[in-house]
Amino acid sequence: MINLKINGKEIQVPKGTMLLEACRQAGAELPTLCYDEDLRLAGSCRMCLVEAKGRPTLVAACVMPAENNMDILTESEDVVEARKVILELLTARHKFDCHVCEKDGNCKLQDYCYKYGVKESSFAGEGPHFYKEDPNPFIERDYDKCIMCTRCVRACEEITGADAINLEDRGHHAKISTAFNGILADSTCVFCGQCVMVCPVGALTSKVSAGKGKAAQNEKVLTTCTYCGTGCTLELNVNEGKVVGVTSNRDRKYSPVNKGALCVKGRFGWDFIHSPERLTTPLIRENGELRPASWEEALSYAADKLKGVKEKYGPDALAMFTSARVTNEENYLAQKFMRAAIGTNNVDHCARL
Amino acid sequence: MEEKRVLLEYADQINPESAADYIKVGGYKGLEKARAMQKKDLIDEVKKSGLRGRGGAGFNAGMKWSFVPQDAPVKYVVCNLDEGEPGTYKDRIICEKNAQALLEGMAICGAAIGSDQGYIYCRGEYPFVVELLKNAVKSAKDAGALGDFDIEVRMGAGAYVCGEETALIESIEGHRGEPRFKPPFPGVAGLWAAPTVVNNVETFACLPYILVNGAEWFAGIGAAKYPGTKVLTLTGDINNPTYFEVPTDYKLRDVIYKLGGGIKNGKKFKAVQVGGTSGAFIPEENLDTQIDFDSMGAIGAALGSGAVLVLDETRDIVDTVARITKFFEHESCGKCNPCREGTFRMCEMLHKVNEGKASEKDLENILRLAKVMRKASLCGLGQAAPIPVESTIKHFKYEYMRKLV
Amino acid sequence: MTNSINELENDAKCIFLIGTNTTENHPVIGYKIRKNVRKNGAKLIVADPRKIELAEIADIYMRFKPGTDVALVNGMMNVIINEGLLAEEFIKNRTEGYEQFAETVQKYPPEVAAEITGVPAEDIIKAARLYAESEAAAICYAMGVTQHSTGTDNVKTMCNLALLTGNLGRPGTGVNPLRGQNNVQGACDMGGLPNVYPAYQQVSNEANKEKFEKAWGVPLSGKNGWTLTEAIGHAHHGELKALYVLGENPMMSDPDINHVEEALKNLEFLLVQDIFLTETAQLADVVLPGATFAEKEGTFSNTERRVQRVRKAIDPIGDARPDWQIICELSTRCGYPMEYDSAEAIFEEIRTVTPSYAGITYEKIDATGIPWPCPTVEHPGTPILHSAQFSRGLGLFHAIDFKEPVELPDEEYPLILTTGRNLFHYHTGTMTRRASALDEHRPYNEVEVNPVTAAKLGIANGELVRLSTRRGSIELKAHISEIVNEKVVFITFHYKEAAANVLTNADSLDPTAKIPEYKVSAAKLEKIV
Repeated sequence: MINLKINGKEIQVPKGTMLLEACRQAGAELPTLCYDEDLRLAGSCRMCLVEAKGRPTLVAACVMPAENNMDILTESEDVVEARKVILELLTARHKFDCHVCEKDGNCKLQDYCYKYGVKESSFAGEGPHFYKEDPNPFIERDYDKCIMCTRCVRACEEITGADAINLEDRGHHAKISTAFNGILADSTCVFCGQCVMVCPVGALTSKVSAGKGKAAQNEKVLTTCTYCGTGCTLELNVNEGKVVGVTSNRDRKYSPVNKGALCVKGRFGWDFIHSPERLTTPLIRENGELRPASWEEALSYAADKLKGVKEKYGPDALAMFTSARVTNEENYLAQKFMRAAIGTNNVDHCARL
Repeated sequence: MEEKRVLLEYADQINPESAADYIKVGGYKGLEKARAMQKKDLIDEVKKSGLRGRGGAGFNAGMKWSFVPQDAPVKYVVCNLDEGEPGTYKDRIICEKNAQALLEGMAICGAAIGSDQGYIYCRGEYPFVVELLKNAVKSAKDAGALGDFDIEVRMGAGAYVCGEETALIESIEGHRGEPRFKPPFPGVAGLWAAPTVVNNVETFACLPYILVNGAEWFAGIGAAKYPGTKVLTLTGDINNPTYFEVPTDYKLRDVIYKLGGGIKNGKKFKAVQVGGTSGAFIPEENLDTQIDFDSMGAIGAALGSGAVLVLDETRDIVDTVARITKFFEHESCGKCNPCREGTFRMCEMLHKVNEGKASEKDLENILRLAKVMRKASLCGLGQAAPIPVESTIKHFKYEYMRKLV
Repeated sequence: MTNSINELENDAKCIFLIGTNTTENHPVIGYKIRKNVRKNGAKLIVADPRKIELAEIADIYMRFKPGTDVALVNGMMNVIINEGLLAEEFIKNRTEGYEQFAETVQKYPPEVAAEITGVPAEDIIKAARLYAESEAAAICYAMGVTQHSTGTDNVKTMCNLALLTGNLGRPGTGVNPLRGQNNVQGACDMGGLPNVYPAYQQVSNEANKEKFEKAWGVPLSGKNGWTLTEAIGHAHHGELKALYVLGENPMMSDPDINHVEEALKNLEFLLVQDIFLTETAQLADVVLPGATFAEKEGTFSNTERRVQRVRKAIDPIGDARPDWQIICELSTRCGYPMEYDSAEAIFEEIRTVTPSYAGITYEKIDATGIPWPCPTVEHPGTPILHSAQFSRGLGLFHAIDFKEPVELPDEEYPLILTTGRNLFHYHTGTMTRRASALDEHRPYNEVEVNPVTAAKLGIANGELVRLSTRRGSIELKAHISEIVNEKVVFITFHYKEAAANVLTNADSLDPTAKIPEYKVSAAKLEKIV
């Protein structure tokens, strides 16, 4: 065990514990931008800097293991000044359009600027100049809002393994880029949106959700994806009674299969729900054409037809295709209906197709 | 005072590529001796010599080696020949004059830590040195001088940050040249996550002489806490812009006026920058300082790479520093916020000052940013980038003040 | 799956993928496999007629001729037996039927397997060693293995391989079918099959029948029903008169669509319940608007048997209703009243007749879903099957000989057509073709054709071409790629404008599973002049 002092408080942590975690245990939550517990450490945003007494420089708590006899200050004058300057440096390159930003209210840069009282940058020279149109229907890449935390790069590499994006160029001119600074569609990108998932600001957002509801205002409903058999957990984002997007929960407890990772269909393929082509009323064929009908009429008509066939030809003249897409409860009722109500085992579904 | 040539004793008298030539003047005796020693004794011998790294940090070489876990199955010896500090070319000179000493030094390090593979990371601007070293390695291997210690020469691609040891390792691994956070230090997890010793050319090249002549001999040369000799490279407004090897207790004033032959064209001295572009600017009143690591540190400067850039009275300090900030803006790798954005804004603000458009408020912002860069940056690049700015504002503030609006 | 998904990321030391284009069809499982290979150094063997994405990082990639799965794996097992890499203890203690099986496998030395499959013998040998020598080797397959006239044989062969090497019942091992649809596992578990009640209780078993007669309060039929493909045939012949289709689209998904259309038009009554007016619904006499997963409560069971919650996020659109409510209404009107307050009430009934679900409750799966079997409320669920014994006791080896696919290429139809999915669409496209971004990104079907074949036919990339089989033809764009070899072409079945199943064969069914041979049809490709 390691013994150290954090903000004057004696604390004991197992060897190998990073200061970030030790501080958390001591009740000091540190600001982070590049840190992501599922991704390789970067230690690059320098927001979690703390003062370790006796050391000439501030140390980044996310990448510094706790050592015996460390005396850590998490909000000393130097620390706060460093965080402020870093935020001012980031805001100098960040496009501030919070009022129309999808991530308004759910943005780490916004939160920390608020916390540290950063209203404007002392370093306002050349403004943001990183925007580049990416003509794809899924992901908006507004690098004028990018804060270079590289979580997207690491998520792309480590979660999805697509390796579609990395850094290009150096220094202030470094930017997140596909190979040869092209567009995502020409890269190895699979549009899974893991980059959108991990982006702490509004640099990467869903084009499908754009303008439909700010992240902070959406209600999130935890559910299971409707596509393949993997069974990924996702969150339907609901705003004013409409599904406006999909996000994911990265806690293994709530997302045991995928831990937040999704594919392009799960993350961006939800808007069929509100397709204008949705069937909104029962239909009955009359004179060769389908016409709208009330539920009462349609159900009675259908039931009469089914009963009629059963009476005339026997129950085995009826069959049902139940569905690999509806719920267990519905499948149970479907086969129960055929077996108990109709009296046949002619029930199957497209398991083989 | 005269030069003291140890590494460069046989400069231009032997073929640096030839192991045979080197052996004729006593070469590879140190390695032979090292291999006969127990690893621990060998490391102790190096520790006892007091040899400290001839790069930026001045860390005790034997101490660094002692951190390498003995039981690791694979370990590496890496030589830093990235030498990217403008005005620095001492490692090139050592290679060109005495390449075999470098190879022997690396092999000695290999014997000490139990590694049979070395890498030399040579800066991309030295393609001829890469050729020279490859020939030297071949010559040594052919002569059987290195035994089973192998050395591979890798060429960089022109990034200053790759002189930082972990960025250098990343580059050898084929990645983007970006520094890693430490710990873990390379001694524990370096190249391909294996324990790795990274030293520069000059440090390795000292080793054969320490082994042959003994640790006491080396410890007795120059400054007590930073013993040995140091190869310096003189540039700027100086009469003899060339290289010298001097004992480490040599004084800066003597470097300029004795070896350097004084300021060019009979002009007066204004400032000297020691250790490369990230070094502090030193005014006239501090010239009687010894060049050793600690003495330089005491006046807020750093010996660093041993580059000595002399400016005469006509030079515009602000203009010079503005150019330096452009260099760092260009060379910042972009990994950490304070350096990536800091070098860029520093460059913007220095140019604003230089163009006569800045106010005192800007000067305050410069100092505020400089302090945070120094304290908060991930690696030495960002930490050192503000030093020329801060040191000139300290010693030559009037040059800034006269340009403010 | 006998094992769980996350074992493919964390526990498997060797993964054998056959007939699964995992990164496109089960992308998240694909990520996990890739991560295991890259981060933990797991070995990867890929066998697929198409050079799929994961083949790029595979230790061994075997491009085998479609339909020769049995020969390929028999060849691997021949090596395993003859090189003594088999799990003798496991075979002795936990299996039966080895002798006869081994005798059959002796007919497939790697050279013979190479001749049949087109895979070099040395690759078969290497793959066999890699799989057999691994501490924990998992087999994953999907429709590439099952959609054959020998689908059942293929699956049994995969089981043979796992039994032979003892790769069952431990973390990171198993025979793992990756199921293609969100709740295909659940639909099967719930008895959405013609021969079984929930939890695979045979309808022909009198005790089972009695149990369900008691539970449901009516006499039941003990006669196995028709499978989906059989039902279509019976509709054709006039024995099936009325069909109720819930959330299925046989007009896109079933083999030989022209044949399906004739069959459906031959019905006296077709009732379709769906969220869109699908190609099938367009033929219906009555269409009932169901609800999407976002509009109702319930559960799905994923490919690793994990029962997970589906939660209502919004009210059904327009006058649409949750499908369970519609079934209840219909049943009641058919004289068998069904009344449930909620999906949970239905689930509570499911628990009473489905032993493997008996211990699962909505409360228990509120956060984390549970893999069945979960027989009691105290039971934590079963991520790994067969750890102590198999459901039948001993694991049974099957002696299986290679059989050719039903429809082989000939002079007139010289290519092998194989069908599947792409990353951006799902099944018959009912949902994804109406998901704006997905359809914008991949709006049309393409036929993958090898550059050599394309050159022979004078076809350029992106050119509109005609693809035909004995059933019909479609026109679509050519995508020239080495993902297929010179003898194979590939298309997806998502697009109604160029529907794959116009081309596929309704007569080449697996005799046991009645699965159509979607992976092998004889086809010809033509330039349109």
